[in-house]
Amino acid sequence: MSAIRYTKEHEWVKVDGDTATVGISPYAQEQLGDVVFVELPEVGKKVEKGKEMAVVESVKAASEVYAPIGGEVLEVNSALTDAPATVNEDAMGKGWFAKLKLANKAELDGLMDEAAYKAYCDSLH
Amino acid sequence: MEASGPLKRTALYDLHVELGAKMVPFAGYELPVNYPQGILGEHQHTRAAAGLFDVSHMGQFRITGSNYDAAAAAVERLCPNDFRSLTPGQQRYGFFTNERGGILDDLMVTRDGEVLRMVVNAACKEPDLDHLKANLKDGSKVEALPDFALLAIQGPKAAAVIVRLAPESAKMTFMTGAALKIAGIDCYATRSGYTGEDGFEISVPNARAVEFARRLLAEPEVKPIGLGARDSLRLEAGLCLYGSDITERTTPVEAGLSWAIAERRRKEGGFIGAAVLQKQWADGVAKKRVGILPEGKAPARAHTEIADDSGREIGEVTSGGFGPSLGKPIAMGYVATGRAAVGGTVNLMVRGKALPGRVVKMPFVPHRYHRN
Repeated sequence: MSAIRYTKEHEWVKVDGDTATVGISPYAQEQLGDVVFVELPEVGKKVEKGKEMAVVESVKAASEVYAPIGGEVLEVNSALTDAPATVNEDAMGKGWFAKLKLANKAELDGLMDEAAYKAYCDSLH
Repeated sequence: MEASGPLKRTALYDLHVELGAKMVPFAGYELPVNYPQGILGEHQHTRAAAGLFDVSHMGQFRITGSNYDAAAAAVERLCPNDFRSLTPGQQRYGFFTNERGGILDDLMVTRDGEVLRMVVNAACKEPDLDHLKANLKDGSKVEALPDFALLAIQGPKAAAVIVRLAPESAKMTFMTGAALKIAGIDCYATRSGYTGEDGFEISVPNARAVEFARRLLAEPEVKPIGLGARDSLRLEAGLCLYGSDITERTTPVEAGLSWAIAERRRKEGGFIGAAVLQKQWADGVAKKRVGILPEGKAPARAHTEIADDSGREIGEVTSGGFGPSLGKPIAMGYVATGRAAVGGTVNLMVRGKALPGRVVKMPFVPHRYHRN
């Protein structure tokens, strides 16, 4: 297992070797409310750190999900297409969005660890 | 809508916070968008039982003249609707129009004896009040009622709750109003709402609003519902949101609201913008409001471009989202009149992709009003 890192836009990334699994944080899913639609990237697409990677929609609104790091999309969680509420139920687990082939490990350096992210979320209130 | 200056609070603010609501700015007020149950659950609860909504941000007015007919005639100069023919206790939907026939606001009018009661949208209530003050003729006067809260109870079990607390409400039908004593509190209730369900909108003094809300929430059928579900409920019911689906730049004819304008008013005119609407009835309109069912799962939100198969723009979505009762996306918007027929196909341009959709009849979910 490897450590999880977070962005200020509330995405998480978990690196295992050169594969990075990404999703949105429990804080993000709670702010969104009931997720009713997820638009996932195409497998093979190259995403750039900080650029739009997916879209998550609640009853109220559509929100962009930015790639926490750059890389090629290896796999997407297509189960979310039929069960978007999985993002609410298990944001850090079964609600993952995509697996990326890590392009540049150094991109992880600017991201927050668990403690820093928790402090960041607390500061938003 | 973001208002300048500090946000106002309704009499129920502390109760919303106590109930765990997520408060958001809306039309200059801090209001609950949802409670811990969440928008989907609140939506479904309202369709299955009874939901309680705080709509105290809306404007409540009393208009009086030498008698009801004088007050109604004064209002009719500003609205194309027929309010003079209302019998005591009858309620009717209407709107203020401008010189171009555009809609300045939509509203509800109820005849309460010799008084004309009016409820208008929160974001428009100050301009509406100024408009009435400047233009009411023949000695008719308008008075705002800021000391009154407005609560809506909506859903198939709403009537059972209100009848339990005020037995005389049982005889009220859809679009009627009456002074009631509900659980011992004097209020004015109309059998109406903004969800497509049976229910009541109840005006109650601010000083007793919390007690009143707690009394209703103590009934087993009732749960608090926020603005999020209010919006998805009204969209499923095909009801317009002022500022999105109807604006100063859309006329009642384009919006498909001609049903709210009686034959007498169409013929006689005598309201602001009459010439424009009469020309539209005679010659037709270039665009019409329609319901649209997107085929896939992706919602098409407000401002989504509507295109034909060749990619040419034919209209725009004005309200769109997920319809929890249908479990799929729904939308309404304006399309070129030639493309407005039910069954027609359109493309919804969502994030650069053309998603197919179909023009459908509204409401998306059948109305369940208590008509008799």
